Amino acid sequence: MKYIDEFQDPELARRLLDDIHATVTRPWALMEVCGGQTHSIIRHGIDQLLPDKIELIHGPGCPVCVTPLEVIDKALEIASRPEVIFCSFGDMLRVPGTGRDLFQVRGEGGDVRVVYSPLDALRIAQQNPDREVVFFGIGFETTAPPNAMTVHQARKLGIPNFSMLVSHVRVPPAIEAIMSSPSCRVQGFLAAGHVCSVMGMGEYPELAERFRVPIVVTGFEPLDILEGVRRTVRQLERGEHTVDNAYARAVRAEGNPAARAMLEDVFDVTDRAWRGIGVIPQSGWRLAPKYRAYDAEHRFSVEGIRTQEPAECRSGEVLQGLLKPHECEAFGTLCTPRTPLGATMVSSEGACAAYYLYRRLDMPAAKAQEATPVV
Amino acid sequence: MCLAVPGRVLDIEERDGTRMATVDFGGVVKEVCLEYLPDLKVGEYAIVHVGFALQRLDEESARQTLELFAELGLLQEEFGDPWETAAEAAGSEPVEEVRNQ
Repeated sequence: MKYIDEFQDPELARRLLDDIHATVTRPWALMEVCGGQTHSIIRHGIDQLLPDKIELIHGPGCPVCVTPLEVIDKALEIASRPEVIFCSFGDMLRVPGTGRDLFQVRGEGGDVRVVYSPLDALRIAQQNPDREVVFFGIGFETTAPPNAMTVHQARKLGIPNFSMLVSHVRVPPAIEAIMSSPSCRVQGFLAAGHVCSVMGMGEYPELAERFRVPIVVTGFEPLDILEGVRRTVRQLERGEHTVDNAYARAVRAEGNPAARAMLEDVFDVTDRAWRGIGVIPQSGWRLAPKYRAYDAEHRFSVEGIRTQEPAECRSGEVLQGLLKPHECEAFGTLCTPRTPLGATMVSSEGACAAYYLYRRLDMPAAKAQEATPVV
Repeated sequence: MCLAVPGRVLDIEERDGTRMATVDFGGVVKEVCLEYLPDLKVGEYAIVHVGFALQRLDEESARQTLELFAELGLLQEEFGDPWETAAEAAGSEPVEEVRNQ
């Protein structure tokens, strides 16, 4: 138990682990949906503290990773225009598009700016009325309400030089797609806590019932994850499949009604392509018709950009839990954070980045040496 | 991306018809929109994601989480210089951030 002393409350961690070890009688495969949880798991060695019978499969909940290559290419095209100030969250800077990324566009003279909040981009638009300000609106249900509010404000305040490149995705259809796949091994889900703090838990009972899987809403801290695993395993051992909330301090059953109402107003549900995975029906949001004037894709006529994804990056299999990052032949050699083939290697929530930063599994010593970042 | 950090409301004001607050995240102070938690009061804690308060949090949980995030360097990741981070990862020189005119 080499990591246990590093937990905030080692005693509680030990009690949770003892309970899990005492409960498990046979192998179970659980999926943590959220990339933030994946990083927490690998960083703290949680998967190594759990009984061998429990396998944690890493899910597709990294919005940076699942943003399709062609959306990145649309962003690069828009960001390269001289009249544009392109605003983005910091974690999109190094996501590879075709041949370059936003960081390089900036180096080539493009006006790319990182903002903390989408409202900062709106303020930049107000301060620069002679420039077009575009915000890169990606993310799951946690990030969609802030972006929705920003478009709503732009319309309310009549700010004509602001628009958003939208590529939002939703968790429940992804769970449905994973469970419907013939190669699916997932028997229980740790649902993403912050997504549920917005959306509540109403979308999950139907999925738990239909696929007969326990779904446990789980937080991000190591102790939260252990508690999520403990509750999921208890259900599996008893043959139950209900929706449970192990993150009650931040998640209420109804979520945040004001945020959900804004999502309804600003966005329409749509089919959405996920990088490396393909189209998942009804898995995303696009701007509703009354906000079309604020749609950057339409404003800059980039709807037609179509990009083939490179075959050598196997992030799609990683995102579906079919492949562990270190099982990819490019991991740590062809593909590193410095020279990433795909987004999973550069995102702070990408499974490949987590394995690269915190672990070099099954790699020859020389390769591990070469793959180890200079800190 | 889905990282949400607990913060304490220092003060509240209306701006452009929008409820905004100054929020303290363990020493880093940011402007935060309260439209999704309109009855949040000065002194209370909330989980904040990309400049929006999304859910109330009790003080004890908020303090513990902030302590852990500070220890893990997550606050630096959330509020630090993204250009520096990107440059470091890309193995090149940082680019000067454009000052907002």
